[in-house]
Amino acid sequence: MELFFQYMVAGITYGAIYSIVAIGFNIIYNTTGIINFAQGEFVMLGGMIAVTLNNFMPLPSAILATVLITMIIGALIEMIFIRWLVNPSVLRMIIITIGISIIIREAALHIWDEKVRALPYFTGTEVTSILFFGAHISPQVLWVIGICSVVVVLLNLFFNFTMRGRQMRACASNRNSARLCGINAKNMVTLSFVLSAGIGALAGCVISPITYVHYDSGAPLAIKGFTVAIFGGLGNSMAAVVAGLILGILESFSI
Amino acid sequence: MIKIKNLETGYGKLKVLRRISMHVNPGEIVTIIGANGAGKTTLLNTISGIVRTRAGEIIFDRQNIAKFPPEKIVLMGCSLVPEGRQVFPTMTVKENLLLGAHVLYLKKRKGLIKEELERIYTIFPILEDRRHQMAGTLSGGEQQMLAIGRALMSKPKLIMMDEPSMGLAPLIVKEIFNIIRKLREDGNTVLLVEQNAKAALKIADRGYVFETGRIVLEGTSDDMLTNKDVQRAYLGRDLDAEAKL
Ligand SMILES: Nc1ncnc2c1ncn2[C@@H]1O[C@H](COP(=O)(O)OP(=O)(O)OP(=O)(O)O)[C@@H](O)[C@H]1O
Ligand SMILES: [Mg+2]
Repeated sequence: MELFFQYMVAGITYGAIYSIVAIGFNIIYNTTGIINFAQGEFVMLGGMIAVTLNNFMPLPSAILATVLITMIIGALIEMIFIRWLVNPSVLRMIIITIGISIIIREAALHIWDEKVRALPYFTGTEVTSILFFGAHISPQVLWVIGICSVVVVLLNLFFNFTMRGRQMRACASNRNSARLCGINAKNMVTLSFVLSAGIGALAGCVISPITYVHYDSGAPLAIKGFTVAIFGGLGNSMAAVVAGLILGILESFSI
Repeated sequence: MIKIKNLETGYGKLKVLRRISMHVNPGEIVTIIGANGAGKTTLLNTISGIVRTRAGEIIFDRQNIAKFPPEKIVLMGCSLVPEGRQVFPTMTVKENLLLGAHVLYLKKRKGLIKEELERIYTIFPILEDRRHQMAGTLSGGEQQMLAIGRALMSKPKLIMMDEPSMGLAPLIVKEIFNIIRKLREDGNTVLLVEQNAKAALKIADRGYVFETGRIVLEGTSDDMLTNKDVQRAYLGRDLDAEAKL
């Protein structure tokens, strides 16, 4: 029974990670129809930048700065590679975003190196554990699950109850109609890249003590996240959470 | 209000509008009639900035808006009720209307939004009853009212409507046309594209007839209603056949 809980919690942890990557996919897909295959790189960048910054500043400010920096990178990527495209085909978009992910990965390899890094545990150390129904749980796991939940709730509030969120949904729903309402669709696309970059980076920070991070750790996460996004019916964030948890739990029980 | 000079547009190699010149005066209802594919929708989409202008001028509010993006044109006070309604189906009626008021929000006149919402609800009471319903689940007529309401939420100086009667039952069509007439009484200016030429000419002050991207006829609605060519082509009366009978 303890073992069951142990696997369950591990599954939920990974599930939460996959969900959050999938939500990153969904935000961009919803406003643009683009599958951003560079989503995993945002997670990687989050982990890497935070580790570096953590050498100079305490963990909370390092994470905050990391999220902001990655958001700026997300905005720049959109402005440089996406903004000027006029009605690009799906295939072209896939190729472009894969290209972006390769560029980011290579840049990361040059800036850092191929060493595996990790942020320190947010509370306690590797060996700290909380007893939960007989299972030993690292507090970091609670951080991951907690932060993922908070992100999901905040995003829901944002999309449903703020003017900006409504505008982004309007762009997703009917771009021309949104423009006819005076909404600057291009800025909404930039905003969607900023949001998903920030969320990806935050995810990268919280998971790095558990999963570690190196220049090449984005792609596998992107694949998992993409699977989950598709499984949850592309574009639906709540379904992505459920799908993510299912995939995470299935994985942990099948090992 | 708006003056168009030698406007040309097209899609790729296809030329759709050829040297269109027309105007709408403040407080008028002007209607554009013409067969399918004549370029009426293209004209409205070009004015609102969705379709790119190739040549010519569109003077609105003393500025040439021919190269402006749609969001700027709406901000200047020129709103389009697009063909086929195009509401946001996965959003509620109220959310659709609030998005229409985005322009007021940009102009920092947020205070007006509530007032406008009330005004739209008095014009279309059904929208108030349905305000929490998803727009996609409204009936066709209700969606059309929502599309008109959404465009009105920006307090436009000129409102353009693309076939508001399309696919609606005669009773609803009558209601929509009554509302358009009421809009003029409230001081609005309307550019109306219609298949339903007779009904459109009855409420309009003036009209233009489009044929394959050209204006072939223009005049006051009364003149057009009695014009033989218009009657034959667009009002469903065949005078020769009638004469023979
Ligand atoms: N996006 C587009 N790409 C290419 N051609 C188009 C496009 N939209 C319209 N056309 C073509 O332009 C011409 C004019 O179309 P438009 O929609 O303006 O006609 P319309 O007068 O509104 O017709 P209807 O009464 O059927 O709505 C048509 O021949 C149409 O096939
Ligand atoms: Mg049309």
